[in-house]
Amino acid sequence: MSLSNLIVKLFKGMAIIGLLLFVAACARTPTNNPEGSGAPGSQQEFLVTIGDRVFFETDSSVITKTGQETLDRQAAWLNRYPNYKIIIEGHADERGTREYNIALGARRAAAVVNYLISRGVSANRISSKSYGKERPVAVCNNMSCWSQNRRAVTVIQ
Amino acid sequence: MNFYNRRKALKLGTSALALLSAANPAVALVKITVSGGDFTPLPIAIPDFASSDAAFGKELSDIVRFNLNRSGLFRIIDPDSLPLKIGNISQAPDFPKWQASGADALVMGEVEKNINVQGSVRVWDTQAAEQIVGKSYSTDANNYRRIGHQISDAIYQSLTGEGGYFDSKIVFVAESGPKANRTKRLAIMDYDGANLQYITSGKYAALTPRYSNDARFITYINLADGRPQIFIIDLITGRQQSLGNFGQMTFSPRFSPDGKTILFSVEQGGTTNLYSMLIGTNRPKQLTSGAAIDTGGSYSPDGTKIVFESDRGGSQQLYIMSANGGGAQRISFGKGSYSTPVWSPKGDLIAYTKQSEGQFHIGTMKPDGSRERVLASSFHMEGPSWAPNGRVIMFFSDPGGNDGPSLYTIDIWGRNMQRISTPTFASDPAWSPLLS
Repeated sequence: MSLSNLIVKLFKGMAIIGLLLFVAACARTPTNNPEGSGAPGSQQEFLVTIGDRVFFETDSSVITKTGQETLDRQAAWLNRYPNYKIIIEGHADERGTREYNIALGARRAAAVVNYLISRGVSANRISSKSYGKERPVAVCNNMSCWSQNRRAVTVIQ
Repeated sequence: MNFYNRRKALKLGTSALALLSAANPAVALVKITVSGGDFTPLPIAIPDFASSDAAFGKELSDIVRFNLNRSGLFRIIDPDSLPLKIGNISQAPDFPKWQASGADALVMGEVEKNINVQGSVRVWDTQAAEQIVGKSYSTDANNYRRIGHQISDAIYQSLTGEGGYFDSKIVFVAESGPKANRTKRLAIMDYDGANLQYITSGKYAALTPRYSNDARFITYINLADGRPQIFIIDLITGRQQSLGNFGQMTFSPRFSPDGKTILFSVEQGGTTNLYSMLIGTNRPKQLTSGAAIDTGGSYSPDGTKIVFESDRGGSQQLYIMSANGGGAQRISFGKGSYSTPVWSPKGDLIAYTKQSEGQFHIGTMKPDGSRERVLASSFHMEGPSWAPNGRVIMFFSDPGGNDGPSLYTIDIWGRNMQRISTPTFASDPAWSPLLS
């Protein structure tokens, strides 16, 4: 094997390891955490057991099937613990222009607000925000990572 | 070809190219091309400016040489090869010597720095052996670089027939820190990156700044807690005021050409519409309605129309409507989505960001949507802003990952792309009008 081939292989290996590390880091969303589920009715329980966020397809604010399941759990939990107020934070990935993404984040947040209301959560417990693409949770140059950023997060107050 | 004709050719080039080249680049370019499928920059001689402080004279002539060279329309002849090392504005040049040096135009300047800075410049046509420009300037000594920019504008204007753009400012978002938690603060600098000044603290993200028509005010949004709000900063008093709260979020602010009205977007319940408001009245006027995202507006230079982006048809496209709302007509029909339209100060073109096939592009089209032309493409670029003369566009480009954006300029013929040096990452550039 020539030196240049070796170097190429080495780089590929490093890139894959880097990617795996990255995906591992990206995947560190509370829903996937098997430990520390928290006391019933605690914010920790909401974060870990219920799941605090839903993800969207590119340039879409349609709640996916998985997203509906998460929001159904959120609604049931919120209906059980009516003292909490919530803020829905809408976000977009970096593959769009700045102002459109602010509007898109707001549209995603609104979709979640409407879904939770349709599941019996009182509208006056919910407010919403949008950070556009300004607050990514995952930083990299590939789709798996962008998909982590197209999200709406339910923050318990 | 004698110089007079070459000067004419350069003038023709800057105007005719815009009209013809999009339709048929090869034909249009041939008319003004000497060789290489591009127009030949005009050879210009600029000896160091005369001054009692020789270093100061050289510094100002360097500013002029840098500007003209950067424009892509001039070729600066090596100062060491010129018949005179230091210009002399008090007598007529020895034209045959300057012709022999290869110069079609000759610039002689004199500058002095006291309490104020004084400058005088004469521009000569070496072939016709006549003066084209003779001007004198004065400015505050703290701001002496302006004289260099003003002289550059006078030269550019006389030789190209277009307005200048060097005596201008840029407001932009200076970005620092890791991508997931980046500090975004507004900064102002000269068009070439000099005299940088921060105007917001960075505590909250400040985005999408725009200059008013008199360069006194800047409007922008503050993303304080995920509820964007519009602010207007008065650069003279340093005071800033909120535009007011309408709906859940207000963003995408733009001044009208007369500086009296702000065009902006209001989000409510996931839908975003365009509004305008006479500054100080607190009475917003709704311009669009419906469930779409309508944002990124920009006035025509006469203030009668607005170009904006909307996804009412399923994807982001450009539309033009009356400045009072109503009668929206779609103008973008190419493959992909279009956003951030900006109307040229000359009125002849609209620049925009386009996304297609996984790439971002900066392009222009005529206001009727014809003659679409992509000027630059990359992994990510957006946010075009026009130079005051409508012949150069600034935008930002980001290589992605943990890296960050930088500012670039390109001319409307898609040539001469150049990075603007900034101390941090930089995005959302907005060009001021000409200051003089």
